[in-house]
Amino acid sequence: MIYILAIFLPLCGSIIAGLFGRWLKDKGAQIVTCAAMLLSAVFSLFILNEVSLKHEPQTIQLFSWFVSGAFDVNWALRFDTLTAVMLVVVTVVSCAVHFYSIGYMHHDPSVPRFFSYLSLFTFFMLMLVTSNNFLQLFFGWEGVGLASYLLIGFWYKKPSANAAAIKAFLVNRVGDFGFALGILGVFLLYGSVDFDTVFKATPGKAAATMEFLGGQFHALTVLCLLLFIGAMGKSAQLGLHTWLPDAMEGPTPVSALIHAATMVTAGVFMVARLSPMFEFAPFALNVVCVVGASTAFFAATVGLCQNDIKRVIAYSTCSQLGYMFFACGVSAYAAGIFHLFTHAFFKALLFLGAGSVIHAMSSEQDMRKMGGIWRLIPLTYTMMWIGSLALAGLPFFAGFYSKDMVLESAFAANSGVGTYAFWMGMAAAIMTAFYSWRLLFMTFHGVPRADEKTMAHVHESPKVMTVPLVVLALGAIFSGYIGYDLFVGNSMQLFWGQAIFVLPTNTAIIDAHHVSLWVKVAPVIVGIVGIALAYYMYIIRTDLPAKVATRFGKLYLFLYNKWYFDELYDRLFVRPAKFIGEGLWKEGDGTMIDGLGPDGIAAVIRNLAGRVSRVQSGYVYHYAFAMLIGVAGLVTLYLYTHG
Amino acid sequence: MSDFPILSIVTFLPLVGALAILIIRGDEEVVTRNAKATALWTTLITFCLSLMLWTGFDRTSAAFQFVEKHSWIESFGINYHMGVDGISVLFVLLSTFLTPICVLASWDAIKVRVKEYMIAFLILETLMVGMFCALDFVLFYIFFEGVLIPMFLIIGVWGGRRRVYAAFKFFLYTLTGSVLMLLAILAIYLQAETSDIPSLLNFVLPANIQNWLWLAFFASFAVKVPMWPVHTWLPDAHVEAPTAGSVILAGVLLKMGAYGFLRFSVPMLPIASEFFTPLIFSLSIIAVIYTSLVALVQLDMKKLIAYSSVAHMGFVTLGIFSLNQQGVSGAIYQMLSHGIVSAALFLCVGVIYDRIHTREIARYGGLAERMPVYAVFFMVFMLASVGLPGTGGFIGEILVLVGLFQVSTWAATLAATGLVLGAAYMLWLYRRVIFGNLTKGDLKAIKDMSYREVAVFTPLLVLTIWMGVYPMPFLEIIEVSVANLVEQHKTAMLAAKTITLAGQ
Repeated sequence: MIYILAIFLPLCGSIIAGLFGRWLKDKGAQIVTCAAMLLSAVFSLFILNEVSLKHEPQTIQLFSWFVSGAFDVNWALRFDTLTAVMLVVVTVVSCAVHFYSIGYMHHDPSVPRFFSYLSLFTFFMLMLVTSNNFLQLFFGWEGVGLASYLLIGFWYKKPSANAAAIKAFLVNRVGDFGFALGILGVFLLYGSVDFDTVFKATPGKAAATMEFLGGQFHALTVLCLLLFIGAMGKSAQLGLHTWLPDAMEGPTPVSALIHAATMVTAGVFMVARLSPMFEFAPFALNVVCVVGASTAFFAATVGLCQNDIKRVIAYSTCSQLGYMFFACGVSAYAAGIFHLFTHAFFKALLFLGAGSVIHAMSSEQDMRKMGGIWRLIPLTYTMMWIGSLALAGLPFFAGFYSKDMVLESAFAANSGVGTYAFWMGMAAAIMTAFYSWRLLFMTFHGVPRADEKTMAHVHESPKVMTVPLVVLALGAIFSGYIGYDLFVGNSMQLFWGQAIFVLPTNTAIIDAHHVSLWVKVAPVIVGIVGIALAYYMYIIRTDLPAKVATRFGKLYLFLYNKWYFDELYDRLFVRPAKFIGEGLWKEGDGTMIDGLGPDGIAAVIRNLAGRVSRVQSGYVYHYAFAMLIGVAGLVTLYLYTHG
Repeated sequence: MSDFPILSIVTFLPLVGALAILIIRGDEEVVTRNAKATALWTTLITFCLSLMLWTGFDRTSAAFQFVEKHSWIESFGINYHMGVDGISVLFVLLSTFLTPICVLASWDAIKVRVKEYMIAFLILETLMVGMFCALDFVLFYIFFEGVLIPMFLIIGVWGGRRRVYAAFKFFLYTLTGSVLMLLAILAIYLQAETSDIPSLLNFVLPANIQNWLWLAFFASFAVKVPMWPVHTWLPDAHVEAPTAGSVILAGVLLKMGAYGFLRFSVPMLPIASEFFTPLIFSLSIIAVIYTSLVALVQLDMKKLIAYSSVAHMGFVTLGIFSLNQQGVSGAIYQMLSHGIVSAALFLCVGVIYDRIHTREIARYGGLAERMPVYAVFFMVFMLASVGLPGTGGFIGEILVLVGLFQVSTWAATLAATGLVLGAAYMLWLYRRVIFGNLTKGDLKAIKDMSYREVAVFTPLLVLTIWMGVYPMPFLEIIEVSVANLVEQHKTAMLAAKTITLAGQ
């Protein structure tokens, strides 16, 4: 019962707040949704204890969703360690964000709607992580996409927010297009879409081939790649990442919950969940690894030059997701999920901290207009430090444990792609440290660059916002230390149970514990170098950034414009689609089909028969006439057969 | 129970209602009021009665049920033969469900010749229901073609500015099709010497004429679906039709073509159906991609939704000609959910059209502020149209794709691009109408939905979600008949192959 409640309480909260928000008023909606979330979070911790520490995974069948022939899909809730970990991440962060939002959104005119959306998102996310088959996974998958769309576009009067919301939905749909095809392929290959059935049958299908788009391919490779396209869309990997930075148009708590801690990690979750399939598709794993590593590097380079505080963190998220993927790509799923777990805390912390800054600065997001405020909001300042330290992977903060594990696994994989990932990861690490402290220095230090009115108004956020920050900060400090042994250490096997499958020959995560010392130390060193560099450029030689930007103008512009991905896609897809659509409509439907068809014939008839088509009801007579011909035909037939 | 003529009652009760309205006398206001009330009550009672089909339907049987058979034109061997199976029964319910909604939706929107309007709608209902129940070719033909007459009137009399052009286009397209279909029916009658549909389902037509007959049917059905490139009448007809006309057009009339494929082409002409599958696939895929792109640039709300209907019906024809369980079931399910969702979307357009009297997208924007309730309803139906899981639109689409993927990965992949394109034009529409800043003067005083409107939309909303979350009650009805259809098709193909082999 507690299992079911944990999943459905947020839905109840959402429905109540959504439907009766008008009567409940802001306060009522907040109480209902926050209470539901709090209970859900407590239950999730209980579930983690039951499932992962007492090792009692279970599956609860709800009811049949739809059946057509052999295509049989159930609503079911699957609880194993992977699910339980995700449950805790989702509900705890969501709970923190719910409470934080009470403070952050208190000026907003539609508070009940906001809380309803937040809870709805949480419900879909929980459905996603508890799914027991591909279809329910897809349900949750698209559901969180919807919630993300609604929340990005929450301030619907802002054109930029609307554009960002549509973009997020559409780019995700491109990914889902691959995901859906993957599901179809799974059914074709296995005759089922149930995880258990599919996973059990996979070793037997290791050598199977299937026809796809005219060619014969290794079946599992095709399926895994198609499914991975879905993961790339949701987790904003290189090529399908363009929506994530724009998604920052949504309210900041949304960015923290959806676009940092939970939804965007769904892709990583999916790859880990489908590890029994990916393990038998080595080529697909290599692709996952390369895409992840490239994204980690790419996003970090863009993060160096952004000026919007939220966008810097957004690119950082993109980059960190790359880490998680390349960990999965070298079969170190546990390391990937471990990083997901710690990242959720410190990234949500950074976002909410940024939100606190924005709140203090009267909605200013441009770091060039901040500076010199650290004395005014010391608590937020501390929180941002903790988040950044964890992100940069400085010793004993959460990121230290997980990021090192990811990098060590990549190194220990001892393969071409693994080595590529390792060096890309190292390069990204130094940049991560640099842009994190660039953010800290630009936001909090130096001369105040905001106008006096704003500066006079700078204030620390209320308790309802700072307490969630402290909770997340505790996670950002301790989650790595506490989780290390369970997730990737000695208790790993016991902890994960059957939830993650790794072929005995893929030993990256075990070997990772025995890499040479320099591999273990290097990430920390590059982190410190990055911080030092940022200190030098933004505190000591403040004239330097501008000089560098002019000196390497082209490169700077290239990075500042995010490698021109948006412009490229606009030229390649958006404009042609509209152009072709216009052409097909005017020329195709208008000139060709109508011109040669009805209009053309009409013109001929008009010429021949004068103004037959004047009287509107005339057509009905025409029609009756046509039927008369039919009757005449029948009569003829009658005479023919009986006459 | 078995001899209770439920189908005839459901079919002809609206006609009785129409006659009742016809004899209403008195001054204009009274007539109008009574006509409306009579129409509403008649359609509601019809719907309630039709629910007996839902409860009484034997879900384990593929046979025709609630059968009524009376001799009609004896010398021809033509019978008045009615009955429904798992393929048709839900369409009967869809028709009886949508008609009262149409009557309610026209309550204030129609101001002239209300009496005639209601009569037209009631006759339309009789013909629609009869069409889905008819088990005799001649009877079917009468209903099938007859449906178009009240539809013509509704567009031609109560339509918009270019109603003449629209009605003309509609006429030209359907006329070509129906003449050819009549010829095909005659040819089949000559071959089999019966017009009884259940008997014909077991009659094997010679392989050499199957292709010709198939093409003749295709000419009629493809126009009704409508398939590319004979779809251009639809946007015009929708734009000119009054709201309720669009609702019935999109909700029920578009399903007639696909129903025809399922009832005649596939089971009676199996070899030809197999032969022409590539043609259907090509046309449908073009429809999905082409019309989605065209929808993307539309300036008129109704046109946009009309084009989206063509794309959705493309999925339906793809599913039918996958000729396997998931494909065909998915196609039927897609038709049902599209019937609900597109009807609801046209009603959504109607709501604001009634207030501002324009369908031009650019004239709106920012309605969320003044019309939050409306925004929610519109959102749900928009998402169902996009095929979001949890709405009715998803189940049909995914089943069709599952079926299609087993037959052709190319077709499935190309059709699946509709997932992206479909989302693009619907979200874009929603964004321009509902979101943004409310700046236009006449929108500032716009009123949110009235209780009557909420009453119209609520059942549609409930059905949309129900069909998405727990579609089993619907699928159960469909499954057995579809399994039977698919099985028969396989047997027929096997037999045909044996004959060809033996002939060699």
